[in-house]
Amino acid sequence: MSGGAPEVSRWDDAALAATLLAIDPIGLGGVALRALAGPVRERWLELLQELLSEGTALRRIPLHVTDGRLLGGLDLAATLRSGRPVAERGLLVEADGGVVVLAMAERVSPTTAARLTAALDVGEVVLERDGLALRTPARFGVVALDEGVADDERLPTALLDRLAIPLDLTEIAPREAVGSLFDADDVVAARARLAQVQAGEAAIESLCAAAVALGIGSLRASLHGLRVARAAAALAGRDEVTDADLAVAGRLVLAPRATVLPMAEPPPDQEVPEDSPPPPEDEPPSNEEQSEEETTIDEQTLTDLVLEAAKAAMPAHLLAQLAMAGRSRGRSRSSGKAGMIQQGSLRGRPAGVRRGEPRAGARMNVVETLRAAAPWQRLRRAESQAEGREGRPRVEVRAEDFRITRYKQRSETTTIFVVDASGSSALHRLAEAKGAIELLLADCYVRRDRVALIAFRGREAELLLPPTRSLVRAKRSLAGLPGGGGTPLAAGLDAAVALADGVRRRGGTPVLVLLTDGRANIARDGTGGRARAEEEAMVSARLVRAAELTALLVDTSPRPQEKAAQLAGEMGATYLPLPYADASVVSRAVQAAGQG
Amino acid sequence: MSVVFPFSAIVGQDEMKMSILIAAVDPSVGGVLVFGDRGTGKSTAIRALAALLPKMRAVVGCAYNCDPEAPDSGLCAACRDARATKASLKSHQTPVPVVDLPLGATEDRVIGALDLESALTRGEKAFEPGLLARAHRGFLYIDEANLLEDHLVDALLDVAASGQNVVEREGLSVRHPARFVLVGSGNPEEGELRPQLLDRFGLSVEVKTPEDLETRMTVVRRRDEFERDPEAFVAKWKRKDGKIRRQLESAKANLRDVTVPDPTLERAAQLCMALGTDGLRGELTLIRAARALAALEGDDSVGDTHLKRIAAPALRHRLRRNPLDDAGSTTRVERAVEELFGA
Repeated sequence: MSGGAPEVSRWDDAALAATLLAIDPIGLGGVALRALAGPVRERWLELLQELLSEGTALRRIPLHVTDGRLLGGLDLAATLRSGRPVAERGLLVEADGGVVVLAMAERVSPTTAARLTAALDVGEVVLERDGLALRTPARFGVVALDEGVADDERLPTALLDRLAIPLDLTEIAPREAVGSLFDADDVVAARARLAQVQAGEAAIESLCAAAVALGIGSLRASLHGLRVARAAAALAGRDEVTDADLAVAGRLVLAPRATVLPMAEPPPDQEVPEDSPPPPEDEPPSNEEQSEEETTIDEQTLTDLVLEAAKAAMPAHLLAQLAMAGRSRGRSRSSGKAGMIQQGSLRGRPAGVRRGEPRAGARMNVVETLRAAAPWQRLRRAESQAEGREGRPRVEVRAEDFRITRYKQRSETTTIFVVDASGSSALHRLAEAKGAIELLLADCYVRRDRVALIAFRGREAELLLPPTRSLVRAKRSLAGLPGGGGTPLAAGLDAAVALADGVRRRGGTPVLVLLTDGRANIARDGTGGRARAEEEAMVSARLVRAAELTALLVDTSPRPQEKAAQLAGEMGATYLPLPYADASVVSRAVQAAGQG
Repeated sequence: MSVVFPFSAIVGQDEMKMSILIAAVDPSVGGVLVFGDRGTGKSTAIRALAALLPKMRAVVGCAYNCDPEAPDSGLCAACRDARATKASLKSHQTPVPVVDLPLGATEDRVIGALDLESALTRGEKAFEPGLLARAHRGFLYIDEANLLEDHLVDALLDVAASGQNVVEREGLSVRHPARFVLVGSGNPEEGELRPQLLDRFGLSVEVKTPEDLETRMTVVRRRDEFERDPEAFVAKWKRKDGKIRRQLESAKANLRDVTVPDPTLERAAQLCMALGTDGLRGELTLIRAARALAALEGDDSVGDTHLKRIAAPALRHRLRRNPLDDAGSTTRVERAVEELFGA
């Protein structure tokens, strides 16, 4: 991809991002840094530290930070020592004016993310904890270390939305990662200049229009773009935002957020998402009448320039991904709390402490209980002395002090539909299979289960829908499922096992529902040949059994097939021939299998 | 609190602004839930409301902002005693509270607990009112309502239903009035709201990111202007905010005089029946909200136009879900309105 923008090496861009963040950490909100731990990421963080002025340390927030540490609370030791409530400052308050580094941000819980975003939004931490009510300024930038590998391992979208620059370092080799065009002095100079940098109407228009053309929904992207452009102008020693600064904003802020390719035809076999914006040529030059023609042209070219810069910054594989933008857009990993995480009282990850009785099924948190009791000791001692009770314990703990630990356990079911959309199946039963899945989706919705959809046809299997609870998306991808082509059964099963494995690793329970006629004719490597294809399918089926997956095979052929029954046997799956059964029978059968 | 973005400078999102104002005119409508896309000014609008609300009369020195006009049952214990001895209560003008319930708040701060300071320094038992007490007669705002801890939601629902907060701790038993308008916001991607909580909100608003370039530019331009010089920006919008404040004041004053004619009542009932909403709450909310809307617009009786405009926010979260109906509940309400009122 080479657009009109000058060639910029990826590391230079990364270094530029660090510089811009150092100039205006609070305005930009931060950087979402996608990279595995390694020399490149270390180098980037070191660079950021060098660029930040003396004394602003990068503060690290661990993944499972407690509310008390993050937001602040009662400092018990100091409180008891001084005999009056003393507040302990949380990490966010300590980081005021600086930058926090959020470790393993792709795994951060939506609740922690929400605390961060709340502080980012209002620039202060509102504390209502442990008998304290405080408002403390906390203005900071965030570097979210995203170590996600898979596509669906991402930052919580609420957080990502508030960080100006999504930066991907995964493709940068360590030897590239040297040097920076700017140093701490440049940053200091740019900071001094930042307040007076002006951005004209044309700049705002170009950033907004480019965001629309790239299919970026959130308005924060354009705002971030504007701030980045300002910082870039300040860095270059300018008092006004110019084309070059807007190009930087396009590259760093807009390009990574793009969900559609500007000016590209929508892929033919796929419905265009309703909210997909029209390509910019169709955009009526709405204010042509009142503004002079010259500026209109100017703005148009400026928008093009931002778009060009954005396009040039998109790596080739990203462009390929965008071809399936309709499927991937709006995906949210953190799809909710209700239903997904069961709050058990004995198992799972600790998820905070609450007041409660340590009865059966609840585990008392001794430290927190003592903490809760501590401030009241003086009062209680006075009371028991007044009542003349003798031989009282050193620490008076009462029932209302009891604290129990709550645990969270993820145990939702993910039903993985593996649909044979090959020619042979399509002829007979694809419509009915779709109907059955729709019914199942309704059930999944009621039980708050997640569903995923894999289809195999032609030469390969394709993950049409990663695990989601969104019924609308599931329905949409199902409706758009085309039929025809060969039957790469082995590939379909392999994809299902891989997905099920991923679900399991995240603590979920996968249930496999395979809808096929069992007549494989495409081998794993994409070549034809029934014998080999069938043999490979059997091997894959054994993998399903080895993985001990709950599975159900629905035979979609017009007459029950021996092949399909055999396959079900190898998979250890419940076999359900579907000669004349209708969708609701399948639905009931799957439910029974899922419960078993 | 730092300077907040002025209410009148919020671009578009008319349904959200209308619903928030309605809840301010008539608290009995029962709160507003704003659900939708990121970066659409949900929390901005609610925080801006605080600056807009006309002041109210409250008893001097009362921790709960008791209303001097209220009957004894609506007063806190201290004010009740004071009235019994002195016959009249001293009152003053104070701002209507808009209380933020931050995520990560602990139960003791929400419902109230013993005052730590006096326990530690003087060894005394004293009640320290919580956020619910502070929100009495005002608004309680929960950002990211769907991420609120379950046990807090339980406590909240209990108080919201009874209008009374009861605290039992360390042998101390306190009961105080806590009537507040619940305002929540959130993003559906973070998970849905518990039905019990959803039901507590009188109006439910869906916000979407504006799609046309012109609106988006205005949003970015205003936001940028505000961030660069908040004071100047607020000063610039002061007159428009003042206009809305006067509108609110006169609506509150005239609310009781707005009549609801029988045909309108019938229409509302028909609409609810056509949509199959559960219970009478929907109908009641619809009427109340329509009346508040009429008051806001200076009309003296409620007509079809008011009903039509308020139908979606008042009813869309009360429909039985049909998980396979692609058309959202908004469309279903609109369809029903169209059928009933003939487009």
